Order: sequence, then C-alpha cells, then structure tokens
Amino acid sequence: MSNNLRFKTSKFIDETYRVSFKFNNKTYFGFKGDTLASALLANGIHLVGRSFKYHRPRGIMTSGSEEPNAIIQLHDNSSRTEPNVRATEVEIYEGLVASSQNCWPSVNFDIGGINNLLSPILPAGFYYKTFMWPASFWEKYEYFIRKSAGLGKSPKVADPDIYEHKYIHCDVLVIGAGISGIMAAKMAAKNGFKTLLVDEKSYLGGSSIYDNSEFSKINNQIISSWLEKEINEISKLENLEIKTRTSVAAFHGYNFLLARENLTDHLPINQRENKVRQRLLKIRAKKVITATGSIERPLIFDNNDRPGIMLSSAIKRYIDLYGVACGENNILFTNNDTAYETAMSLIQRGIKINAIIDNREQIDSKISYEVEKNNIKIYKGYTVVDTYGYRRINKISIMKLSKDGQTVIGDKTKLNCDCLGVSGGWTPAVHLFTQSGGKLKFREEDQVFIPNVYPSDQISIGSCNGDFGLEEIIKNTLSSIKKFLDIDNSEYKTVETISGLNQSKRNIWLLPSDKSIGKTKSFVDYQNDATAKDIKLALREGFRSIEHVKRYTTTGMGTDQGKLGNMHALGIISETAGTKMGEHGTTTFRPPYTPLTFGTIVGRNVGEFFDIFRRTPIHDWHVANNAEFENVGQWKRAWYYPKDNENMHQAVQRESKAARDSAGILDASTLGKIDIQGTDASEFLNRVYTNAWSKLAIGKCRYGLMLNEDGMVYDDGVTTRLGENHYIMTTTTGGAANVLGKLEDYLQTEWPELDVYLSSVTDHFATISVCGPNSKKIVSKVVPDLDLSDEKFPHMSFKNSKIDNIKCRIMRISFTGEHSYEINIQANFGKSVWEKCMEAGKDFNITPYGTETMHLLRAEKGFIIVGQDTDATLTPIDLQMDWIVSKKKYDFIGKRSLYRSDTIREDRKQLVGLLTENPEEVLEEGAQIVADIKKSPIEMLGHVTSSYYSPNLKKSIALGVVKGGKNMLGQKLIIPMENKNINVTVADPVFLDKEGERLNAKL
Amino acid sequence: MFLINCPFCGEREQSEFKAGGEAHIVRPKQPTELSDDEWAEYLFMRKNIKGVQFERWNHVHGCRKWFNMVRDTSNDQIKAVYKMGEKPPVK
Ligand SMILES: [Zn+2]
Repeated sequence: MSNNLRFKTSKFIDETYRVSFKFNNKTYFGFKGDTLASALLANGIHLVGRSFKYHRPRGIMTSGSEEPNAIIQLHDNSSRTEPNVRATEVEIYEGLVASSQNCWPSVNFDIGGINNLLSPILPAGFYYKTFMWPASFWEKYEYFIRKSAGLGKSPKVADPDIYEHKYIHCDVLVIGAGISGIMAAKMAAKNGFKTLLVDEKSYLGGSSIYDNSEFSKINNQIISSWLEKEINEISKLENLEIKTRTSVAAFHGYNFLLARENLTDHLPINQRENKVRQRLLKIRAKKVITATGSIERPLIFDNNDRPGIMLSSAIKRYIDLYGVACGENNILFTNNDTAYETAMSLIQRGIKINAIIDNREQIDSKISYEVEKNNIKIYKGYTVVDTYGYRRINKISIMKLSKDGQTVIGDKTKLNCDCLGVSGGWTPAVHLFTQSGGKLKFREEDQVFIPNVYPSDQISIGSCNGDFGLEEIIKNTLSSIKKFLDIDNSEYKTVETISGLNQSKRNIWLLPSDKSIGKTKSFVDYQNDATAKDIKLALREGFRSIEHVKRYTTTGMGTDQGKLGNMHALGIISETAGTKMGEHGTTTFRPPYTPLTFGTIVGRNVGEFFDIFRRTPIHDWHVANNAEFENVGQWKRAWYYPKDNENMHQAVQRESKAARDSAGILDASTLGKIDIQGTDASEFLNRVYTNAWSKLAIGKCRYGLMLNEDGMVYDDGVTTRLGENHYIMTTTTGGAANVLGKLEDYLQTEWPELDVYLSSVTDHFATISVCGPNSKKIVSKVVPDLDLSDEKFPHMSFKNSKIDNIKCRIMRISFTGEHSYEINIQANFGKSVWEKCMEAGKDFNITPYGTETMHLLRAEKGFIIVGQDTDATLTPIDLQMDWIVSKKKYDFIGKRSLYRSDTIREDRKQLVGLLTENPEEVLEEGAQIVADIKKSPIEMLGHVTSSYYSPNLKKSIALGVVKGGKNMLGQKLIIPMENKNINVTVADPVFLDKEGERLNAKL
Repeated sequence: MFLINCPFCGEREQSEFKAGGEAHIVRPKQPTELSDDEWAEYLFMRKNIKGVQFERWNHVHGCRKWFNMVRDTSNDQIKAVYKMGEKPPVK
C-alpha cells in the first residue's frame, strides 16, 4: 500500500483490521470499511477496466451506484462468480477475488484496444449499419461481436447461496438516509407512523455524514456532528425500522416497491454459510418519501474518460470517508461551487492541488475565497480542451472560454496532474419517481428535471427534488413533510443553517474545443462509449426523439442506464436541434435502478420449487416401475414404462399391443373433475355443451364437446349423471382450471338465475382405467360385489360400489375403443387399488401404459385430443363431429358462430386420416401437407396433427387438418420433407374397428 | 402492481386477480335471431380506451367472484369496483 495515499483520519475505516484481497491475480491490502474502489485507489490503482466498444482504458469514476466504468467480475472461477459488479459498491473482506472484465489478455494490454484506433470507422449505429447485410450472416458476425464485447462471464454452476423474498407493509417508506431522509423518518415515526427507512449504503447519513466543513453548519454544529446525533436519536425509535445495504430497485404503481437487501455480501465467504445472501423486499407503503439525493454531473470535453478523471464529489468521499487520496497532484475542473468543498478537504490534509479550472468568470462564495487564500491557482472562465496519458491521466490542456461559452479563445496552457476531478453540477436522482409514473418538469435556471406530478401518495424531498442549498433542503423538508403527513409537530424547533456555498453555475452541456467535433472523443455515456459526436451524427441522420437517439447511439443503454450522461445527451440534442430541453422527451428509467442478481429475483423458487409440479396418488408406483414422465400442464404423467433396454418406440409398441390383446391399465387421475350440483344442473349442461343433456338418465355417462363463443372447440370429456341434480364432469388434463373458470364466469355473469354449484374435485379422486378384452375379468376380481354383465352395466353407464369397504365410482367408458372401466376412488386409496388391479391382472399380462400409448390407441380410433388435433381454429364440423352438435337446442355456447359466413366455408381446414404410401413410414407431427409441389409458391393445405406406427394395424397412421379435407377421401397428397416427398392418401380418421365390435364384444 | 378492493374480500394484491376484458357486454338472449354483423359486434368488438374504462375482473386466487371495475387506463387509477349486475357508481 502506498502510505502517502492513505490518510488515517477517517472513523469509517478500521485501521487495526487489515484485509487482503486479490485483483487481477495480484494481492493487495485494504482496511475494513473500504470498498473495492477505495482500496484500489489507496493502492494507486485507477485503471480497472476497458470500455465496451473502443476498449479504452477506464478508471474509477465515482464512489457509488452510478459508476459506469469500474465494472468488475467478482469471485472469478467460482460458483459465486458475478459479472457487472460496481467496484464502488463492493465492501471488501478477507479473501475477496475480483478481476477486470471486457479486456483480453489483460487490462494493461488489451487487444480490443485496436478498436480505439479504428474508431473513425466505428460511428454511431455502426453495428446496425454494418452487420445487417446479408441477414443470413448475422449468426457469424454475432459470434465475433459477442466474443470481443462480452460484459463479464456468467457462472457455469449452480449458485450456492440462499435468497428469499419478504413482504413488508408500512405506513411510510423513506428511501435514502441523507439529511432530508433522516429528518423525514424521524418526523414520521415520532408522529405514530410505522416507518421503514432504507439506504443503499452500509451507513446512514449520505454524503453529509462526512461533511466536516467549517463553512456549512446546522444549529452552529458541523453537519456531520449534527447528523450523528439525529441518527443516534432515530435508531432508538420503536416505530422505525432501518435497513442499510438496501437498494430500492423498482417503484411501481400503488406504492408497490421492490428493494434488494444485501445481507452477507460484505462478509468473508466462510462466514456466509447457511445465511440468506440477498433478500427481495416487496414493500407496500401507504406513503412513500423519496430522498434519493442527486448525482454529480461530469463535464463533456475531449478525452474526458481517462483513468484518473473522476467526479469531484467522489474525490471528496474517498478522502473524507475512506481517508484515501485519489491523486498526489490534483486538478479540479468545475462549473459550480461544490468542487471547492472537495478542494478544502484536500487542502486540510495537505494534498496538492495544482489548479482549479472554473467555467465561470465570476466566483463569489466564502468557500472559493478560502480556497484562493490557500494559494490555489483558479483559472476563471477556462475550460479543459484535452487530456493526456494512456493508462492514467498525466496532463491536461486548457483554454479560455468565449463570452457565450461556445468557442475557446487565446493560447493553450498545459498543466500536469495525476487526477482530475470534474463537477458539472448536480442531477436530481428522479429515477424511482419516474418509474412510479411521475411526470417531470424542467427548471430552466439550473437546467434540471424535477418532480412535478405525483401519480400516487408520495413526495420527493431534498436534492432529488431539486433543493440543493443546505438551508433550502432543511426548510423545504420540514414544511413538505408536515404537509404530506398532515402533522402539526415537526419534532424540530428552529433549525439554523449557514452555508459557504453559492448556487451559481455556468452550464455548458458540451464544452467547446479547438478541434472540430469530428476529431474529438467527448464521452457522454462512458460505459457504452457514446460520444457527443455520435449524438450529433444521429441528429444529422434524422433522429429526433430521445428514445430513438438513445437506441441508435446506445447512450444510456448500459447497465448503469446512463446515470451520469443522460442529461448531457438531452442537452446536446436540444442545443444541436435548437429546441427546448424536455421537448425531445426524457428517457424512461426502467427497473431495476441497479442490476439485481437472478438469485434475488427467484428467491426460494429454485430447483424443484422453480415450477412446482403435481403428482398423482399413484406417482410413487410409476417411479418404482421405471416410468418415464411427461409434463402435462403442471402434472407429471407416466409417459411410458420401458422394460429392460427398450426405447420409447419399443415400449409404446408393446404397451399398445397388450392393451388390445389382453389388458392395459392407465393412471387417468390427472383428468379434470368438476362436481356440478343444483336444480338447474341439466339446463346448465345443455347450455355449455353442444349436445343435449336433459334426457340423460341417472347412472348414465355422455361424451360432451364444449365450444368457445366463437364456435371453436374448447374442451371435451365425459360427464356422468350421478343423481337427479348431480353430475360429475371430466375435462382434459390441461384444460381443467380454465374450464372451471369459464363455467363460473357464465354462471356468475350471464346466467346468475341458474341454481348451479361447481366444485373442483380433481385432486379428490384417483382415476384408474382398465381396458382390453380381459378388463372385465380383472375388474370383477377387484370389485367382486358388482354385477358387470352388459345388461346391468352397459357401456356409458356408471355404478357406485365399494372396494374393501371404500366407496368408489366405476364408469364403463372407453377412450381406446376397447371394453374398459374407469375406477374413481378417494385419492389416498389410489395406489393400493392400482396395485390390486395389477395383482388381479397378473394372469392376463395386465400392462401399465402411459400417455404415449394412450395417444396411439385413441388415434387408431380417430378420437381427437383437444389441443393436439385442435388449436382453437376448428369447429366440431371441421372435426367431422357433426353428430355431437344438437340441431334441436335453441342455444348453447358457440352455437350462433357455427353458421357465420366464415365457419360455413367448404374449404376450411378439416380433420382427416392420412395413410402413407409406404406403411412403414411414420410422418412427423407438424409436417405440412400440400397437393402440388410444382406450383410456386406451393400452397399449404394443412398439417399433420398426430402420427404413430400402429402395432395393431401394422402400419403407419396419422391425423391431420387439410383444407376441404372432408371431400378429399381417397385423394393423394404430399408431405414435403427436407430431403424427400412423402406420398399420402386421405382416409377416414377412424382406422380401427369403425363398427365398434371390440367395444361391444360379449366378454 | 394494483391494490384492488374486491367487493367481497376487501383490499388484495393484483397478483390474486385476473382481468376479464370490457364490462357490461351482455350475451344476446336470442343469438339465433342476430345477423352475422350483429353477432360479430357482440363477439369481437371491444373498446380499448385511453382514459376511463369499464372492466371485468375476477378474484381468481381468492373468492373467485367476478366483479366490475372502473379504471383510468392512462394512469391506472381505479375509480370504483362494484358487483356484477350493479350499476356503475361513477360515470
Ligand atoms: Zn374476493
């Protein structure tokens, strides 16, 4: 550590606690309390990264979350690695490892730096202009662009840390713990409001907590002393919760805010075990007080980006708070008084200031006179025109500004320095206010945007509201909080202030140079390398809206969202276009204010909780019996059960054959089940299904098709009449929740007069389907008391029964075309009944089959699957299911739409069967269907919706939708594939047992 | 995120609700009597107002009741909520 850079005068640094850390593979030392930035600066390191486009050397520019340059990779090569972290926000701890990003092979020698020499050919919109043609080349360009650009590296393995979410409800949320935030929190809490105060830093007090200046005082005390007493007082308030290291990321409507609370990032890795790393706070506040302060503006001049060029306020923070001198030979460059506070902090510690360059001709404030008294040369009415030094600034040249500030005059003077502090005045941090939907107004006098119209119960105070003078801040905070909270007692008696600063400023957005603009590199957005020249080019090329200029030049589009330079971009645009500030709009700041980790966003919803899944009551049996699973909605459904070394095809062929030859068993528990009761239940079903329901006898089942009001098929399933006023409806697995919602909607909003009650009972029952020629023998063993004769228990009927004294419902319904039964039993008995069926079917080779075999078996019968063979563009007529649409019913959902001019077209896509010329050839689902491949363009007639090799028919079968397909039976069509054309014939969609002999066979 | 005052449950987070499009569109009692154009008007035509809009909402992760809301879409201010079948309390 170069000792001459560390001034052991700060109480925020624990000099007895040395911390070692690694940066770019070299070990350094800092003290507890340092940030990575302050520790690096104490070691004399400014160069920490390379810029995005030109790979120019870049240094630490700020001391806070607005940092555009000092963006580093933390914990490189570990599971905790994190890119794009601001070195100015990282608190160091023993063992910290960090490295520069966006440079190769090293930050000191970077090959990409050649882009800097090529910059004349890398203007604004370069990527758009160059890499757009030919379009097919983009993939190749992208590879190189990504490689050379690369903003950090993403981790390769799972994040070992724990994250969580927490809801907070409070009366008053105060964001920012500077002078006005502290005062507001005290006033709120003392007046009985449940208050939460958050600040992104590890300490309270903002930049005033290290303000030890003799020139500014509150009640005759130096500001830091006064503030410390205030903090001490509020930390004891019961009504007030204080969270430091907590950054508000988003301010949404209705005072809903998201904040990230950092809990362990400042601790050595070995102390983080089993602790929550970051917490996402979801805050709902009745009232919000925004006291986020302001961000110092840089100045825009040629080569204003070299390492060693920093915000003047950052230099002050580093020396006052961390005891670190950023340079040994400093120059300050300013257009306002605040740089003189920095000067005084340096002077008091005997740190050399070579000169102060001030844009203003007249400077009249106590503090500036005091600086002058210390024999510091002040160049009044001057500007910096250029800087020198590759890896660190070593010189500047200055010239006199013309009266109007638009040109430079006279001779050029060169001055030496190793650090240049710049101050262009202050920009209120209105990001959160605008995120919440607030409207800004432009204040001409000092060229700032300030809050104007509040969209919710909130207020901005302090410098984020455009109050910059100490007296103004305190006076306005007191009066506006009293009004905002509607309180009489402000908790403050008279607060007297003295300030040595004057608010005068000479604002010049783009400082003039002796060079032509084309020869300058005056950076407006440091992170994205957007220059004043780029912005002017965009305007010349016709861009006007700030949102367009922003995208074209990439100004403000980095991870810092242009916190430093956006104002200058706006200023340069309006100056160049000769318009008023604000006329081009202001860019929208989007959440998050500073980047959030993915961990914080997902919280505990990782691993199996990322997207929770539903298991059937028989799930464990499927797992134990080697099932592969398929996701259907949120369900895990058994897909197929491979035996030995079977692949999916082999397993499905075996399962399908067994189901038709002897017996198959399927877990159908996922089917949606809705219990429907009430005196109008039959009428209700009449209205929601296309077919008639009033005459369905008790104990009978019926298949129903449900449409949308536009006539398109929505869902299907079998509904059973359990009693006079009692039905159980089944829905598709994926459609269950939506069907219930739709039925509730009609009941509540269109037909409230109907006496009908709906309950979802999907999870209440396990459903086991046993099918095949031996199903009757098997079920008779499982339910011995039940008479299974066709006379007593015909197809499409239902019986109540008992298995081992447990009540069950048995339906004789079939989705395979085989004789089959569906056993519904209380869910927790599902697995044992399934095992009973397996045991009973042992002698009949009962074969469990999954969803794939189910799909194959139903396709052999031409049964549709809603969502696979349909896609919300098909009517029942299109599906050749005219038989299920009642002609007699006056109305049902979707009826009117079935004879709209569009739905009665003959050439609509209609469901057909498809048989391949080569019976071994299985079509691809989704493949296009055409008739003529010679005509160009080839007309697409439809596509394949389902396709299988049927082991029972010993040939390939498929379903598809084809324009006018209904009238094309026997016609030849073509399925063009990548390297061949497949000939198919349009067929009846029912491939197997059209007469229903299998279903009705006497068993 | 809105804070919605369900007429049955009180104030709840927006994440518990589902929006259901324009309110006060009554399903025709005799659809078969309507021309294609009249039916299409009911079926497809919806307003999309910048300003005060009448909407249907469902407390889907709560009481599952449908209700109506008057919302200014330009600033997301909710002017009123009221039960199905009730007249809007504001214009
Ligand atoms: Zn409710």
